[in-house]
Amino acid sequence: MRYKIEVVDKPGVFDAVGQGIKKDIRDLGIAGVRDVKFIQVYLLEGSFAEAQVISICRELLIDKVTQDYKIIPETFKEPSRSTRHVVEVSYHPGVMDPAEESVLKGIRDLGIPEPESVKTAKKYIISGKLSSVQLNTITEKLLYNKLIQYVADRFTSPGDVKNLPGYDFKLVTVDLLGAADPELLKISKKGQLFLNLNEMRQIRDYFRKLKRNPTDCELETIAQTWSEHCYHKTFRGNIDYREKKSDPCLGDMKIKSLLKTTIMKATRKLDKDWCVSVFKDNAGVIRFDKDNNVCFKVETHNHPSALEPFGGANTGIGGVIRDVMGTGLGARPILNSDVFCFAPPDLDFREVPSGALHPKRVMKGVVSGVRDYGNKMGIPTVNGAVLFHKDFAGNPLVYCGTVGMMPRDKSFKKTNRGDLAVVVGGATGRDGIHGATFSSGELTHESETVSSGAVQIGNPIQEKKVLDTLIKARDLNLFSALTDCGAGGLSSAIGEMGQELGARVYLDKVPLKYSGLSYMEIWISESQERMVLAVPPENIDRLIRVFADENVNAAVVGEFTGTKKLELYYREEQVCSLEMDFLHGGIPSIAKKALYLQIRHAEPKIPRRKNYTSDLLKLLGHFDICSKEWIVRQYDHEVQGGSVIKPLVGLKNDGPSDASVTKPLFDSNKGLILSNGINFRFGLIDPYWMAAGCIDEALRQIISVGGSLKEVAILDNFCWGNPDKPDRLGGLVRAAFGCYHTALAYGVPFISGKDSFYNEFSVHGRSTPIPGTLLISAIGVMDDVSKSISMYAKEAGSLVYLVGNTRDELGGSHYYDLYRALGNRVPRVYPGESNKVFSALSRASQKGLVKSMHDCSDGGLAVALAEMSFAGGLGMEVFLSEVPYVKSAGINNETLLFSESHSRFVVEVAVEKQREFQKQLKGLPCGLIGCLNDKDRFRVRGMEGEVCLDADIASLKEAWQGPLKW
Amino acid sequence: MSKPKVCILRSAGTNCDRETAAAFEMAGADTELLHVNRLTCGERAFKEFQILALPGGFSYGDDVASGKILANELRFRLFDGLREFISGGKLVIGICNGFQVLVKSGLLPGVESASGGLKQEASLIMNDSGKFEARWVYLKSEGRCIWTKGLKDLIYLPVAHGEGKFVVSGQKVLNRLKKNRQVVLKYCDGRGRLSGYPDNPNGSLAGIAGITDRTGRVLGLMPHPERHILSLQHPRKEKRAGLKGDGLGIFKNGVEYARKNF
Repeated sequence: MRYKIEVVDKPGVFDAVGQGIKKDIRDLGIAGVRDVKFIQVYLLEGSFAEAQVISICRELLIDKVTQDYKIIPETFKEPSRSTRHVVEVSYHPGVMDPAEESVLKGIRDLGIPEPESVKTAKKYIISGKLSSVQLNTITEKLLYNKLIQYVADRFTSPGDVKNLPGYDFKLVTVDLLGAADPELLKISKKGQLFLNLNEMRQIRDYFRKLKRNPTDCELETIAQTWSEHCYHKTFRGNIDYREKKSDPCLGDMKIKSLLKTTIMKATRKLDKDWCVSVFKDNAGVIRFDKDNNVCFKVETHNHPSALEPFGGANTGIGGVIRDVMGTGLGARPILNSDVFCFAPPDLDFREVPSGALHPKRVMKGVVSGVRDYGNKMGIPTVNGAVLFHKDFAGNPLVYCGTVGMMPRDKSFKKTNRGDLAVVVGGATGRDGIHGATFSSGELTHESETVSSGAVQIGNPIQEKKVLDTLIKARDLNLFSALTDCGAGGLSSAIGEMGQELGARVYLDKVPLKYSGLSYMEIWISESQERMVLAVPPENIDRLIRVFADENVNAAVVGEFTGTKKLELYYREEQVCSLEMDFLHGGIPSIAKKALYLQIRHAEPKIPRRKNYTSDLLKLLGHFDICSKEWIVRQYDHEVQGGSVIKPLVGLKNDGPSDASVTKPLFDSNKGLILSNGINFRFGLIDPYWMAAGCIDEALRQIISVGGSLKEVAILDNFCWGNPDKPDRLGGLVRAAFGCYHTALAYGVPFISGKDSFYNEFSVHGRSTPIPGTLLISAIGVMDDVSKSISMYAKEAGSLVYLVGNTRDELGGSHYYDLYRALGNRVPRVYPGESNKVFSALSRASQKGLVKSMHDCSDGGLAVALAEMSFAGGLGMEVFLSEVPYVKSAGINNETLLFSESHSRFVVEVAVEKQREFQKQLKGLPCGLIGCLNDKDRFRVRGMEGEVCLDADIASLKEAWQGPLKW
Repeated sequence: MSKPKVCILRSAGTNCDRETAAAFEMAGADTELLHVNRLTCGERAFKEFQILALPGGFSYGDDVASGKILANELRFRLFDGLREFISGGKLVIGICNGFQVLVKSGLLPGVESASGGLKQEASLIMNDSGKFEARWVYLKSEGRCIWTKGLKDLIYLPVAHGEGKFVVSGQKVLNRLKKNRQVVLKYCDGRGRLSGYPDNPNGSLAGIAGITDRTGRVLGLMPHPERHILSLQHPRKEKRAGLKGDGLGIFKNGVEYARKNF
């Protein structure tokens, strides 16, 4: 028997979901909707007595205070009228419905036998006059995503999944032996393997030696292991680099492994004793205190987020959390960081590329996805950034980072011969097939349909359960190694863990969500919330019990053998037998060409003015600069109780913090500082200086909150276009060298990194790359968090200093962006000078001489001063004549206000500390530029003493808060 | 007696258990993080403890409704032990998701219906803003509850929830809450006056942020006192080591009461 139950709000109860959608419909430009009502639907299948169904409704499914229920007869069809439209959305069969397990448990707790199946659906009743075109627009743009859901137009049958056909084993082989080049390419393309001709030939030759054809599973395993996503071919391959007209000139060169020549080389040269494990494990590990280490990893999840923003971001954050959980012998996640790049949310619908979602929908979906997973995992999201450019319209960037903590003696893993391979966590389904290879190609307007299997659905509570039990098992020393199942699923996880020893896996022993999966689907599925453990046989019973005690599945699926082979079986039949050496070492070396041509951009013609107040107001409302409070508040940034400097600070807790400071241990004041640097605009002029500037930005934020560079590690995350195109790769090489030189100069090692390529969106063959974007994430250890400093102005009467030189560097600035120009004079980094400024300010903070400090970045000095002033609710009077600068013809009020020169800080100092502060800064570029007052006026006088900025702080704040106040 | 023992109840999705334990330990208690499965399988019992804490998080993913599945587990699987625990004069605190559990199980406001079970008379539903929000709020403490006794008039704590709007099934329930002085924490502005959004972050009826039962020994509140036990956690106070935060008093009250009475 099937029951359809609708849960409806009682009259008078505020329907927040419905009201939110009503607002979104208005944002679509569709008028005439009077009301939207949301109804939660449950579909139960099973044999119940009527009283039992009523009891399930009354005691479980409704909130008796605010809701009623209706049991809808199977034959009933909801009438749609011209002014009352009904849309009901359910998940596709096979897509995990997170609520299902909880409803089943709830029914069991009522003492009622479990039904055969439970599904949920969402029903929307939209009242108002709408054309069918408008209704379709609303449905497609707001109410469902066709990749994972469908709109029901009749009574839909629950339990579809149970009716999926079973699976009859049949070994599939692929005819490679006789394949000539054109066929090889066809096989690669048809199988979505994203392997090039050279690689396909290498595979063919390997199997010719074995005198047999590969199975489908063998070919897939190789494709995944060799994918850009897993193997990082570009960063590890050979590059023939040439450049023209660049400054600094790197010279033409042949690079063997860009990674080893730049990023890893900086770390090796710096050789810090507090770096525990770098570029080896899932995340980079550094020392925290005498008992604990911390690890940090940042990942991207761009392509999945382009197709399904909520699911993509959701599993993106879920994945990076698992990376940290799988570092060493398991770390506890303590902080999250999230950085996004979107097209502007007010982009005209007509400018959205065909096949892409509107950026506002992408942004809302991504934020919800991160909110859902991060909050439910109980990890505070304390740091982030959001940037906008129209070329992210088809390919947004979603960076997710997680910091974890582990005891020092749990920081290394080693798989031993004879260890059992154990899969823990979620069951395996058909979700996320081909994720690793899919992210190694470009997105097209057809990706939505072709790669729909690549989208995964997250279940954060499942992951939280795995985390809780994993830490228990770790502390009982029950396993010897672990890793997470990420891109490539079991294939990648077991392939990696068994790299040295070899592994044998019985695929029919992997727990499944539903029947019907082939051996290959089991092997490559990217179902979420799974980890693989290597467990000594004598511990297996205890280990399984630790997980079972909290309802987490743990299943033995194989063992690590010592044969140095990857052997897979399905019900006694061998389906894969590959030598680990070939799998991990057989990839042919790659040679790519890179060419960097310095382009000359037009300089803007901006009429010289006396007063720049309207520019400042526009800058404060620039999407990059404006308040991100709408996002930040949706993340729980206080959970775990360690937040000291929060993402929003100020008199009303709403100013923009520079970096976060966290106290991760209850019984110690030792802290962690987290910051990031990102600015693709500089990269449009020169990726070398973008990279240098990103490192500077991340580091100066650490200084701003009172930290020092003593123990600071950084991470690189490159998101780039297609590296097979020499111009894209040329920029990447420059950025990597910018990283190398700057990291060395500042003495900060890279401990981990990641790259994401093929970030291009092509419509009918015309490809638009994203602006090459580098995110630098920094983590610093702080000895005493009670010395930390926030950015908002504290006290009327205090002195305001600017520390660090301003230069004629308006290229790539947000000020130029207001005039749709880029310019050429990109800000450069001068570590010789800045290192001294950084350490002097660190010392001043330690001595308690600093009341507040804010770094100058997007929008330059004018924006930094304004933010400090309105966040603290204090007026400010500033004199540009006192600003320290490097002399050049271009220095004037405009450059002093808006140049985004690096390594600069606005510092508030109490009058009584003036002398001592100045003593610390002696010999360095430091100017006493103004003071704070208790009036509401923000006023800046130009080099000649004339007023060039003048506004009341409320209007500045309003301009800054307005754009994203959704 | 020796240190009171606090049961910090965990389930799938609990995530404020460790900091809640830290707060109780700072207040002088012994704590144990106990998974609800240990109680339902009969291996452990409520009676081993003097205080039961239901910490924040997303029990069972807040599927169906926030706190609902765990509330039903308490009602239908663990009720006898829990009734004995409460009628034996022991203490219960539910924070955020824990408050949602207490309200949805009917333990708060806590009137037993004729059938001997509990009746749900209040609820915590979706914020008026329609979304999860984390922010600091001012709270006025009043009423009659051992947990909030002697707190400063105005305390400052963070909230972080999507479903925190307090509602009741009828005016009578509200009248009774007021008459019995069961409303113990109210959202207000920085000067202690009732106020609208965002001071009242979710649109709660009469600004209600926390209530107690008739005995004054069961407290449920949406704000997180365990996130402000040190002044270092305060968003604006000058950072000084050693100073305590506004939330600590709540835990101290509970631990002190348990120490004196058991």
